[in-house]
Amino acid sequence: MSGANRIPGAGRLTPAKTARFTFDGRPYTALEGDTVASALLANGVHLMGRSFKYHRPRGVVSAGPEEPNALIDVQRDAARRQPNVRATVQEVFDGVTIASQNRYPSLSFDVGSINNLLSPFFAAGFYYKTFMWPKKAWKHLYEPQIRAAAGLGVSPDQADPDHYAGRYAHCDVLVAGAGVAGLSAALAAAKTGASVILCDEQPEVGGALHFDTSVMIDGKPGFDWAQSVAAELAAMENVTVLTRTTAFGYYEHNFVGLVERVTDHLAKPDRRLPRERLWQVRAKQVVIATGAIERHMVFSNNDRPGILLASAARTYLNHFGVAVGRNVGVYTANDSAYEAAFDLKRAGVSIAAIVDCRQQPGAAVLAEASRLGIEVLTGHSVIDTAGKLRVSSMTVARNGGGSSRTMRIDALITSSGWTPSVHLFSQSRGKVAYDAESQRFLPGTYVQECISVGACNGTNGLQATIDEAIAAGRDRALKGGFTGGDTPAISGTNAFEWTGGMAGAAEGAGPDTTVKAFIDFQNDVCAKDIRLAVREGMHSIEHIKRFTTNGMATDQGKLSNIHGLAIAAEALGREIPKVGLTTFRAPYTPVTFGTLINHSRGDLFDPARKTPMHAFEEAKGAIFEDVGNWKRAWYYPRAGEDMHKAVDRECVTVRQSAGIFDASTLGKIEVVGPDAAKFLNLLYTNGWDTLKPGRCRYGIMLREDGFIYDDGVVGRMAEDRFHVTTTTGGAARVMHHMEDYLQTEFPHLDVWLTSATEQWAVIAVQGPKAREIIAPLVEGIDLSNEAFPHMSVAEGKICGVPTRLFRMSFTGELGFEVNVPADYGQAVMEAIWARAEPMGACMYGTETMHVLRAEKGYIIVGQDTDGTVTPDDASLGWAIGKKKPDFVGIRGLKRSDLVAEGRKQLVGLLTKDPKEVLEEGAQIVANPNEPVPMTMLGHVTSSYWSENCGRSIAMALVAGGKARLGQTLYVPMADRTIAVEVSEMVFFDKEGGRIHG
Amino acid sequence: MLLIRCPYCEEDRSELEFRSVGEAHIVRPDNIAEISDEAFAEYFFLRDNPKGLIYERWRHIHGCGRFFNAVRHTVSDKFVMTYKAGEPKPDLPAATPVAQPLAQEGAAK
Repeated sequence: MSGANRIPGAGRLTPAKTARFTFDGRPYTALEGDTVASALLANGVHLMGRSFKYHRPRGVVSAGPEEPNALIDVQRDAARRQPNVRATVQEVFDGVTIASQNRYPSLSFDVGSINNLLSPFFAAGFYYKTFMWPKKAWKHLYEPQIRAAAGLGVSPDQADPDHYAGRYAHCDVLVAGAGVAGLSAALAAAKTGASVILCDEQPEVGGALHFDTSVMIDGKPGFDWAQSVAAELAAMENVTVLTRTTAFGYYEHNFVGLVERVTDHLAKPDRRLPRERLWQVRAKQVVIATGAIERHMVFSNNDRPGILLASAARTYLNHFGVAVGRNVGVYTANDSAYEAAFDLKRAGVSIAAIVDCRQQPGAAVLAEASRLGIEVLTGHSVIDTAGKLRVSSMTVARNGGGSSRTMRIDALITSSGWTPSVHLFSQSRGKVAYDAESQRFLPGTYVQECISVGACNGTNGLQATIDEAIAAGRDRALKGGFTGGDTPAISGTNAFEWTGGMAGAAEGAGPDTTVKAFIDFQNDVCAKDIRLAVREGMHSIEHIKRFTTNGMATDQGKLSNIHGLAIAAEALGREIPKVGLTTFRAPYTPVTFGTLINHSRGDLFDPARKTPMHAFEEAKGAIFEDVGNWKRAWYYPRAGEDMHKAVDRECVTVRQSAGIFDASTLGKIEVVGPDAAKFLNLLYTNGWDTLKPGRCRYGIMLREDGFIYDDGVVGRMAEDRFHVTTTTGGAARVMHHMEDYLQTEFPHLDVWLTSATEQWAVIAVQGPKAREIIAPLVEGIDLSNEAFPHMSVAEGKICGVPTRLFRMSFTGELGFEVNVPADYGQAVMEAIWARAEPMGACMYGTETMHVLRAEKGYIIVGQDTDGTVTPDDASLGWAIGKKKPDFVGIRGLKRSDLVAEGRKQLVGLLTKDPKEVLEEGAQIVANPNEPVPMTMLGHVTSSYWSENCGRSIAMALVAGGKARLGQTLYVPMADRTIAVEVSEMVFFDKEGGRIHG
Repeated sequence: MLLIRCPYCEEDRSELEFRSVGEAHIVRPDNIAEISDEAFAEYFFLRDNPKGLIYERWRHIHGCGRFFNAVRHTVSDKFVMTYKAGEPKPDLPAATPVAQPLAQEGAAK
């Protein structure tokens, strides 16, 4: 037996196909095709959750994605658990473990429900008014307490073992929603030959046909017709039908995100299948057929378990074969609830009464109620309910006052009308328009290539919906040039056309400020809270939303937004459209991070770039650091060495004998063409006409505003060919910057740019023995000082492979940078190392590179500069070609602030205590006794222990720095103040003789 | 995600392949070294922020690598046209066929 409330003969599930599951540890039996909600209801369980703020006991409200209350924790196995799943969406599979949330110790006895008794203190906006004093209590008392109490489910504590797939798709017509409208539109579009994707969030197509069994289409029950159309569509080559697939976001240019739930409903999914699949669809045309969502009635204590939407009760009965109660009350402002009452009555459920707050319901439904012997109380309202963990009675009174009457019930179904689902339309940036007569926001002005049809377009009536959808489907395909096929003819009938509907608080919500008449169940927002927000001065619906948290729960106000808006409009004395609607944003329903991240996790999250010599360096024991996406050898510790010891050794070794360094990550751009020098003249501050082939020059690149953008050594290989190097981090943007000027400002120049960063492996050999190390390996290049002085470049061979050999140095030592084609990098480095090691040289990494260059006062763009530093600030004014008529940045450099006195300038800092190493980023002041906030002169940009100098060294940007040489300044730290002396930036080999060795 | 037509490739491609590079038809003065502070500010700092049509630069950076110009409606994000760098600024009427956008957008939740 799959539950005592299962009605024999009702519903579409197969009684023989059962599935077992547990809810809070108790075993239950479901039928295949049940949702968790329908299976629990079948077993008489209405209590499924606790509300967020007051911890009120809550039952399921809906039968669809709009569910605010029945949020559950779904566990498949130890590693596969997901919180905050809607019980109305999750299908039961055999063996699934379900748990309720936001309760302690149990769902039926929850100590957090004390909040309900304390609710007078938790009025809307209480967050913003309490916890203000004392100030310090926020951090240590209030915030930790609130954080501990807040939240619904508990996050999984293990990595997600499932995988997720992604697919890009293009189609002529995308149809979102496969109810009557969506199926009709898809069929009409597909028959023209256009490519069509039809998606629906439910396990089967049909939409409202799940519950509306009065519908007959083309001679079949509506639901059966829907399945046959879906089968016809799925058999067509130009159509893709996707169920369990939600169109969750509508983005620019008809780009629509779909999430397909592939395995969450399967007991034993094939592990090769993805759990979910993200479809990124670019549709030429979109048909939005997303239907409408029923609203609840707003009255006192309308949140007890057992009180749910009329259409939900109909779905549970007509699709799942489950009665939501045995003695059901109905409270409505709309005819649709009558049909739910009729269906329940015919299934043997007694209907206590239909309470209709309208004086005049539709005549047809009144007559049918009378025929079925159901009592109808028009002009009445339900003013209260009772029942602790499930509704047990409703109190009914005539509108306007008078005596009240209490009726015993075990379920109460309500409807205040239907809200068109304009979410996707609104996400497409369409502008909704308010239809005062039907009190609905409907699609107004379209911005993208889409059309809404059916209930989401406010279209009433079955045949009108079908006709509208067929016309729209065909029309959208015709827009794409498809003209084939017939227009399908579909005719349908249904029992009743619905009238009525209301938005806002019903009689029972009263003007009272203590009545809890809920509009947003999950966030516990009541009618009184909206009124309070208005009294407190919130006039914009966006402010009211944030003050009350209405519509900010996981259901995003699918039930509550229109009620809240109507109550606010009434309190403000303004019309609803004047108060405005909050913006709809993607996603329509929650989407897992796994789906959005998709394959971009683990090794694929962010690709690592490795140099050609990475494996060699790894074998040599390198510790790597991340520089952008690059993995760079940071230092090479030997046994027993920590980083400082290793770096000290490497620094000393390079200056005493030599060191080998992987400089392959430097950006490299080949600049070629008759106008190459002219181009570089414009892109760099330096002049390049005088640079002879075979020689190199350090170049500085500015932005148009005069600030340093990048730097690097440029070698002239030939009259028309330059080998440009950039910083590691700047390689891509410098290339982009150069292309921009070449293509758009200087297109008359005959120049080609090619990124060569990954084509060249670069091995720096630095130190007094550098020449001796490489000399025997090099062919065709005279390495003598006379033939090949500092800042030279030549082409030749090394180890038998072609090389561009640079004589240059970022260490201040005699040095070479050996460029070889990338594939030869490791072999050449091994050969160089085989010669270097016996001579006492070492491998060194980026940390030693940083220290050695700082000892020489060489800057690193991006570390010692920050986008507000001019060449002069960095003592590089010599690199500006004074006679050049133009270069990028020439005008920016003349700006008054860039030539003003007192600019921050790069200087050296020497701590008074030579053992003290400053912190990079530390602030610098002149008077350490000045009260806070102190006048800050600048900050430390680079700071290291220099084993070669036997003391700490630092570089800093200091206001008026060059004029402060010899001054004592101070670096205030949390626990002490450090005295420093402003110095020159060169700390080692001030004469600079070693580089020419 | 935008769908952008590269006028060089003559293909509609995803925004992933492109980089936005700011306003179009701002010409670097030939005598830039001599221009006034005001003229430099106009050239380098000041940009239009129209509600409506904007003329802007894009680069097909992960495609052909070319820079080109586009006319886009800043509210609907619709592209009216794209054209090659160096081609004259098209003379489009201020009132465009682009549908009227939302009057106001709410703040992000």
